[in-house]
Amino acid sequence: MSRIGVVTFPGSLDDRDAQRAIRIAGADAVPLWHADHDLRGVDAVVLPGGFSYGDYLRCGAIAAQAPIMREVIAAADAGMPVLGICNGFQILVEAHLLPGGLIRNEQGAFVCRDQRLRIESADTAWTSDFEAGDEIVVPLKNGEGGYIASAETLRELEGEGRVVFRYVDVNPNGSMNDIAGITNARGNVVGLMPHPEHAVEPGFGPDTPAAMRSGVDGLRVFRSVLAGLLARA
Amino acid sequence: MPVIVVDVMPKPELLDPAGKATLGAIGRLGRAGYRGVRIGKRFELSVDGPVTEAMLADARALAEELLANTVIEDVVAVYVGGAEDDLDEFTGVAAGETH
Repeated sequence: MSRIGVVTFPGSLDDRDAQRAIRIAGADAVPLWHADHDLRGVDAVVLPGGFSYGDYLRCGAIAAQAPIMREVIAAADAGMPVLGICNGFQILVEAHLLPGGLIRNEQGAFVCRDQRLRIESADTAWTSDFEAGDEIVVPLKNGEGGYIASAETLRELEGEGRVVFRYVDVNPNGSMNDIAGITNARGNVVGLMPHPEHAVEPGFGPDTPAAMRSGVDGLRVFRSVLAGLLARA
Repeated sequence: MPVIVVDVMPKPELLDPAGKATLGAIGRLGRAGYRGVRIGKRFELSVDGPVTEAMLADARALAEELLANTVIEDVVAVYVGGAEDDLDEFTGVAAGETH
């Protein structure tokens, strides 16, 4: 069975939700610890949401220097699928695995809502189960989710199809180009602010027209990486 | 103990929501004449012994590497903290108040 690691940093909040999402998708969830130098032989890594190190200095900045991140960076450079959700996305940009930065929401307030997203690229390890143009609804909850990058980086991301998720209907935080998530050139490292791991189980997801809290759109993110791992095995 | 001071500011072209909120509060206090607020960070790095040019250079590198994220922030100054200057300034104000 595929093994997907979830790193717990001091202040991680959604690590257990991410583990649960991985199990529901059909893989083994392997807890990883920020202070270790050991990825325990996992096939992919998730950096979960939360407030690592209290978001001191900058969101994700101190976690990006944690011992385990050396291994994560080396594995990512070697092609291992890595997903950063929310604080995990902030850690990925601080670790320079993804370009750009995330700043305080434009309206100055923490935002928590069920957010519609468009899949802009199905050519990543974490979106291969989608078709480009698909729309999903997953929870979004952040205070510093405004994606910014230089004009040159934005051109590069857009030109190379590296914007993976884009906000639809509402831009909740002032992100440039409505960007919700991006990938690296190779397509194995993906970061996004919204939370697919909170939309994997009926009864606990966003509302849908069919029933309250029945949304499980996030599951396909985890199924995508599994399909890729199985195809490679 | 000598101190190296590093000043970091959000890039001027970026929105600073915290600064904007503070400007709103200044307005609510009824104070006029303030056009903008930008909130940055000041780091004080205490070091052993006198600050050499090499240490300053290292602090500059550290500022770019860790203290600031140069995608969203600028390191606007790295300098030796004039502890005496600060004290003089402070006691000057205090003395002024007692007169």
